[in-house]
Amino acid sequence: MTLKISDLSYEERVQEGIENDFMRQAVASAQGRFRSGRETRAEEIGNWEDWRALGEEIRRHTLNNLDYYLEQLSDEVSKRGGHVFFAEKAEDANAYIQDIVKKKKAKKVVKSKSMVTEEIGLNQALEEVGADVVESDLGEWILQLDDDPPSHIVTPALHKNKEQIRETFAKKRGYTKSEKPEELALFAREQLREEFLSCDIGITGCNFAVAESGAITFVTNEGNARMVTTIPDTQITVMGMERIVPTWEELDILVSLLTRAAVGQKITSYVTAITGTRLAGETDGPEEFHLVIVDNGRSKILGTEFQSTLHCIRCAACINVCPVYRHIGGHAYNSIYPGPIGAVLSPLLDGYESHQELPYASTLCGACTEVCPVKIPLHELLILHRKKMVEEEKMSPKLEQLAMKGYAKWASNAAAYKMGAALARPALKPWIRQETIKKGPGPLKEWTVNRDFPAPAKETFRAWFKKRNKEAPHHDEDL
Amino acid sequence: MKVSLFITCMCDIFSPHVGKHTVELLERFGCEVDFPSQQTCCGQPAFNSGYLTESKVAMKQMMRAFKDAEYVVGPSGSCVGMIREYPKIFAHDPEWREEAEKLASKSYEITQFLVNVLGVKDVGSTFEGKVTYHPSCHMTRILGVKNEPITLLKHIKGIELKELPIKEDCCGFGGTFAVKNSVISSEMASEKSEHVSETEAEYLVGGDMACLMNIGGRMQREGKKVKTLHITEILNHRE
Ligand code: SF4
Repeated sequence: MTLKISDLSYEERVQEGIENDFMRQAVASAQGRFRSGRETRAEEIGNWEDWRALGEEIRRHTLNNLDYYLEQLSDEVSKRGGHVFFAEKAEDANAYIQDIVKKKKAKKVVKSKSMVTEEIGLNQALEEVGADVVESDLGEWILQLDDDPPSHIVTPALHKNKEQIRETFAKKRGYTKSEKPEELALFAREQLREEFLSCDIGITGCNFAVAESGAITFVTNEGNARMVTTIPDTQITVMGMERIVPTWEELDILVSLLTRAAVGQKITSYVTAITGTRLAGETDGPEEFHLVIVDNGRSKILGTEFQSTLHCIRCAACINVCPVYRHIGGHAYNSIYPGPIGAVLSPLLDGYESHQELPYASTLCGACTEVCPVKIPLHELLILHRKKMVEEEKMSPKLEQLAMKGYAKWASNAAAYKMGAALARPALKPWIRQETIKKGPGPLKEWTVNRDFPAPAKETFRAWFKKRNKEAPHHDEDL
Repeated sequence: MKVSLFITCMCDIFSPHVGKHTVELLERFGCEVDFPSQQTCCGQPAFNSGYLTESKVAMKQMMRAFKDAEYVVGPSGSCVGMIREYPKIFAHDPEWREEAEKLASKSYEITQFLVNVLGVKDVGSTFEGKVTYHPSCHMTRILGVKNEPITLLKHIKGIELKELPIKEDCCGFGGTFAVKNSVISSEMASEKSEHVSETEAEYLVGGDMACLMNIGGRMQREGKKVKTLHITEILNHRE
């Protein structure tokens, strides 16, 4: 399994992102909208911090008792005629779903938006068994037509502007109208309607599963999840094993947090709950319902210092405030989970080797931690990743290790510190012109490509202070 | 009131004038300022890079250096923020836990100290010019100091304060990030620089020299005339 979306190196992807002006404009304006929306909604709800604390508590309680709630969920789904399958690995989930497709001789599968199916590479697995897969979320559909990976977990085609979307529709589907969002959406709707009516199986993700009733809920704006869960006779829901709430009451709170944090809405156009199959005496529901609960590395995170990562409700607020994401876009992270949450989660699910740059792709500004509606200390978890990579995995560069050893000696001894501080200027002397370094040596080389660096002062503060206090020395002992 | 100055290694080496202004400001409000000379660096460069062991020896040195201090005051939201994190870092270390808590609870960033401990709002200074303020990330988010600098700046006579667009966005410094991810870092600094230009301010003011060095270094490279000033330079400005 891999979360990766490209074979390019990190540096290449970052460069590509930075050079993509369209993407950067699209991201900056989307961030602007999302941020102000989130702020307004947070203010309006009042005591937002109390809500966050409650959100965190609910998530923590649920994860601490995950076994119990998973069992309850599984029992309730079974009672309502559904089949539950626990998939330890991505391959297990895919194989189970492939089996259903084969048994049903399904030709066409329509999906609503789901990050976990991206994570396990379900579309490819379905194509392998000859099924035609259609994404029905507008953003996902655009990307599918373009064979482009998502760059955001809520609005997957965030990196594209309307002109680019018009072009894709024209090239791939013979669209002839303008780039007006209404016209584009209408066209997509007509095209997708056909797909819904002719599909054999519907596959959805899951925002939250309600353990007490076995209900699966979706929080959407387009209504496509309703089509996916209404028309086909066979329905499959794929969920990460942590996406569960004990009762409707907790669901209420988490959905309130989710819609506000994600898109600045009090509530989305649709909040849908479906419960099992059509039972005797009922008028609607599918003939067959499967719930695939995916572990895929999650249970390894339980009980560790990283457990709070599983609190995530995938609202993307952390992505929307991230200044690094703003400049490089989602694809640069080379994981279907980008941004701060992606930088924390991807190495946990997929290993450090595959995502070793991500814990460092942050200034640790803490904007993510500040907005997260369930209080995941994202920037602290990034530091924790760095620590693991340095101390346990021994992955940090040798030169850096040496430098840090030197740092420890310097910073733990005032005499060594004083000497080092006094030597900074003489050491940099050859590069100093008019108290500025325009082209620096060593690590300063990188800095000075695009920025000036100041020269160390002629006299350190401590030297000045000592002179000043010569006449009336305080208790500062001499070195 | 006795105050021990925590200069921060950055100001000690690159911006000693910030230390002088800090000392003068504190003295102006009746503090007796000393400088515990055993102090070094707060440990942040190593801590944020994942070198916990290396950072802890620096932190212990700081705890020893300020053991007898009544108050510890420094001109950096980020470095004081780091000290305030010591209790978390030493939470499971019986030998150092108490020291960590003691140091954290008596450490303040300079504007935080002036406003919240000394109760000063108007430092009685004058500064003529158009000024925009960049709230540095660790100052606001780790230390939680948001309003104090603005309160003080608003009372400066002659100042024309301009709001910086998307002021809460990081400038791109991020310690080793500025070097490891220098391409992204300088893009972030460039955007900040654009925002500063939009305000038409003549001065960019902040409470963390590292961020000012980053934004200032970018503006200087772009040939801009905007001057960067540490907030103490304005607070201690006399005609
Ligand atoms: S980490 Fe927090 S802010 Fe980011 S997507 Fe998850 S819940 Fe939302």
